[in-house]
Order: sequence, then C-alpha cells, then structure tokens
Amino acid sequence: MSLVVSPSMVQRWTRLSRRAAAAVVIVLLGLAVLPGVLGAGAIDRLAALFVYVIMAAMWNALAGYGGLVSVGQQMFFGLGAYFTVRLAETGLDPFVAMGMASLLVAVVSYPLSLVMLRLKGGEFAIGMWVVSALTHLMVNLDGLIQGETGRSLISLNAYAPGARRDIIYWLALVAMTGLLGGLFALLRNRTGASIQAIRDNEEAAGSLGIDVTRTKRLIFVLAAFGIGVAGALWLASATTFQPKTYFSVQWTAYMIFMVLVGGIGRFEGAILGAVIFFLIETWFGALGVWYLIGLGVVALLFSLFMPLGLWGAIETRFGVSLMPVGYRLEIPPQSRKD
Amino acid sequence: MSVDSGDGAGASRFSGSGITKRFGALAVLESVDFSMGMDEAVGIVGPNGAGKTTLLATLSGAYQPSAGAVTFGGHDVTRLPAAARCRLGLVRTHQVPKPFSGMTTFENVYVAAAHGDVRSRDEAYERAIDALNLCGMLAVANRQAETLGLLDRKRLELARALATGPKVILLDEIGGGLTDSEAQELVQTIQELRRRGIGIVWIEHIVHVLLQVVERLICMDAGRIIADGEPQAVMSDPEVVRAYLGGSTQ
Repeated sequence: MSLVVSPSMVQRWTRLSRRAAAAVVIVLLGLAVLPGVLGAGAIDRLAALFVYVIMAAMWNALAGYGGLVSVGQQMFFGLGAYFTVRLAETGLDPFVAMGMASLLVAVVSYPLSLVMLRLKGGEFAIGMWVVSALTHLMVNLDGLIQGETGRSLISLNAYAPGARRDIIYWLALVAMTGLLGGLFALLRNRTGASIQAIRDNEEAAGSLGIDVTRTKRLIFVLAAFGIGVAGALWLASATTFQPKTYFSVQWTAYMIFMVLVGGIGRFEGAILGAVIFFLIETWFGALGVWYLIGLGVVALLFSLFMPLGLWGAIETRFGVSLMPVGYRLEIPPQSRKD
Repeated sequence: MSVDSGDGAGASRFSGSGITKRFGALAVLESVDFSMGMDEAVGIVGPNGAGKTTLLATLSGAYQPSAGAVTFGGHDVTRLPAAARCRLGLVRTHQVPKPFSGMTTFENVYVAAAHGDVRSRDEAYERAIDALNLCGMLAVANRQAETLGLLDRKRLELARALATGPKVILLDEIGGGLTDSEAQELVQTIQELRRRGIGIVWIEHIVHVLLQVVERLICMDAGRIIADGEPQAVMSDPEVVRAYLGGSTQ
C-alpha cells in the first residue's frame, strides 16, 4: 500500500482541548480579580491551593513523565524558604528575595543532579530523602536559623497586611500559570516525548539518539525550581521559617497523594489531585490525626482500585484529553492509494 | 572472495578492528575484525553464545569494547555512546523488543524521528509516518505500545530504527518467533531498506530468510569469526558445518 504522507495527519489539539484552553484563560482571568471580591481568609486559602497545584505538577513532571520517583522533594521546598530568609536578611526586598531564592534552588539542584541521577529506581527515591535530611541538618547549623529556633521574614512588615496578602496571592497565581504553562510547552515539544521515552526504557532511548543524561537533568532541575518557588511562596504567607516544618517529608507525601489520586503521568491529573487534596484539607483538616489517617486510606484505595487516578479513569473511559501533550495519527481515506 | 565494495577503512566503510569484550574473566569477543561497505547487507549466524549480540551491542555503542576500535563512515566512534552513534547514522534494534510502553506506537516512532537529522517537526512527522507505513504499522499507530503483540513489537523496533534516518541498521534476531508469512513480510520491508541504500547487519537463526536479503554471511563461534564471505560458500565451509550446522542446536 502506498501512501501520500503529510504532516497534517498528526493531530495535537482537538476541538475539546481548544475549548478547555479558552476556559483555562477565562478561569485564570477570573482568579486574577478575586482579591477585590473575596475576604482575606478565602484569598489566603486560594494562594495555598495555587502552591499545591505547583507542587503536584512538579512531582508529576518528575515521577509521572520522567519516571524519577523522589521522596526527597521537600528538600527544595525547604531550600526555597531558607534561601528567601537568608537573602531577605541582606536587606533585599522580600519578594525579590523569593524570586532569587527560587533561582538559587535551581542552581543548587544542578550539581546535585550530577550525583543523584546516577542512582536508579528505589535508590534514587530514598537517596533523595537522605540528601533532604542532610540538607535539613546543614540548615540547622546556620547561626541565623539556630537549630530549630527558626527565623521570620521580618521585612514583610514593610508592606501593609492587606497589600501583602494580595501580592502573595497574585505572585502565587502568576507562578502557577508560568510554571504549568512552561511545563505544558516543554511536554508538548520534542523534549517531552524524550522524557517519556527515557521513563519507559532508558537503553532504547539512548540507542535512538536521545541524550538521556541531559534530558533527565533538565526535568530534575525544573522540578527543583518549581518546588523551590512553592517553598518561597509558602514562607511568604506563613512568614515564619522553621526548618522541621519545611524539610518535613509530609510535603512529598502530599505531592504523591495529589498525583496518585488525580492521575500520574496526566497533565490534568496533577491539577485535579491538587484540587481534591485542597478540598479534603479544607473540610477535614481540623480533624487532626483522623484527617491524616483519612488521607492515607484514600491514597490506598486509589492505588488499589483506580491506579490511573481519577483523571486516568476519566481519560480511559471517555477518551477525552483537555490538555493533550501526545500525538494522534489520523489518516484520511483519500490519501491511501492502492 | 570478498564482496566488499569499499576502499579499506575510509569514509564509506563501517569497521571494527581487534574488538575484544570481556565480562570479568569471561571473554565473549576475542579480537574480532569486521568491516563492511555502508550500503552492504551482511548476515551473521552462529550457535547460541557465539557472541553475535555482544558484537552488535559493541558496534552500536551499548557496550564499550575492552580492546579494539570501531570506525563508522570515517569517524572513530569507539568512545562514543549509542546516542551519538545513532546521530551519525548507526542504529540497532533489540533482540528482546524494548518499546516505550506508556506511549503510542506513533509517539514511539516520532521520538526517534525527532532526534534524527530532521530540520523541522513536520519533517519528523513525515519520516515517522513513512516508517510506520513501511513497517505495516499504520493500523496500530494510536495504540499504547504496551498493548502490542510480539510481531508488532518487532516491527516497532524496526520502524523506530528506520525513523532515525540511519545509514546502517543493526538487526538482532528481528525475525525470531515469527511465522513464515510474517517473516516474508519482514523480508520485503528489509529489501525496501536496501533499495533505499541503507546498510544492513542482520543476526538471524532462520538462515533461509536471511539469505533472501544478504549477499555476504559471517559465521561466529566462541567469540570469533570463523567464516566470512559469499553465503553459499560460508554455509558449506567445513568449520561452519562443524560448529553451527552439525552442532546439537540445528
């Protein structure tokens, strides 16, 4: 059978996903004007949601697309906050310090990637946790932090409480939009396909000309940067930095929860998972220990009965993709010649 | 009786000289000399454990040789990893297929095409579609690779290798486990690669399938090349008969 080959046979956007993209733009514009509408408490909570979305998307990028399951991502969350405190002490504006701290996290993650990406599978996962614990201890040694005494982002007081809240909200919104938009663009281009190929079979990916090391490093540094941003944002709304709060493995546990429940390896999955986690926390967070037990049970049930997560199940059942990063081949009948 | 069409070790040849590969104390390849024109089709046969796959893996860059050198089209590629050799036009398929399970068939082939010498995304698309068409895989283009059966996994190995835009393809038992009619389809596909001027190195146990494509045959035994030349002559070589045909395996 001969075939008239045309690149137009490859479909990426669908009518549905174009509508979804338009809806996303409208939702984001709506979110941008909310500080004038909602009360202080709601704005704080929404800023937290944006941070959760960032964390879920970044862990999903690393583990779901890159196959790099890490239990140590709290290291970057903690460093994002710690560097912010440190830089703000030099007299830098706290919001400028947050941006620079996030970049610094990315810079630090680069040499770390040279070592950690030599590890595979479980060794990488646990190795990251070990390095995270070491980083925590090193931060404890800083005279400014004084062990677990901690330090506040005092310079935030230069801003009036209302203005501060709105700025943090908008920064979180912009960071979420920028990071997820950038990640989406990355996953849709050639690099995105390479990342997934490496996840599925590293040796085959290498034998087809993919630069395995460079590609893995890219996703590692990106995830570190994004989670560093999340840590800096969290510090800005909480104002106090105490190492054990930020370097706690619970942050990674939350990321895993959000991604597993929402749908690992699905762009929409991480966002949906973050929203679900946010709702559960909002409704049941006050229950303390029972809340955490509930989270564990939910995660267990999902991994047993819905291993693709909620969005994975929807996608398989209905064949829908709102934010497609993949490729579909559609051969029109008239291009086949016999 | 060499069927070589080239000029020694120049720009139009693919050669390995003195290739030795040891795993600990075990020498799997012992000073193997191999050379072919870039558009030649060479078959490799030999009993199990002869070192055929190891030779292919060493030529393609999956393994570094313990000693010896590999040159490809005038480049010394001995220290280059597989990815860099692939970008020069040397690619292999795997005996046990290694699909990217979580991606569709088309995406598997596209990612290979996108890392070839294409100038644009559209060109990569065209090359991927062409490779799928040639390997008879258009019907399963949107299936997840993990759902493919053995025949399609074998075809996918070939389609992906083809999509990289190779000068030479190393095929490792791509016909193994296929029925006669499936193997015939495969022969037609590989003959089409030959018409496109792509060099072939093909390890295969099914000799009559192999002989439909190659004009030169190498027989290996115990990490060495024991015969090399015109296929009928190699198959009737006394040492080949003893080591391979007369052995307990066939």
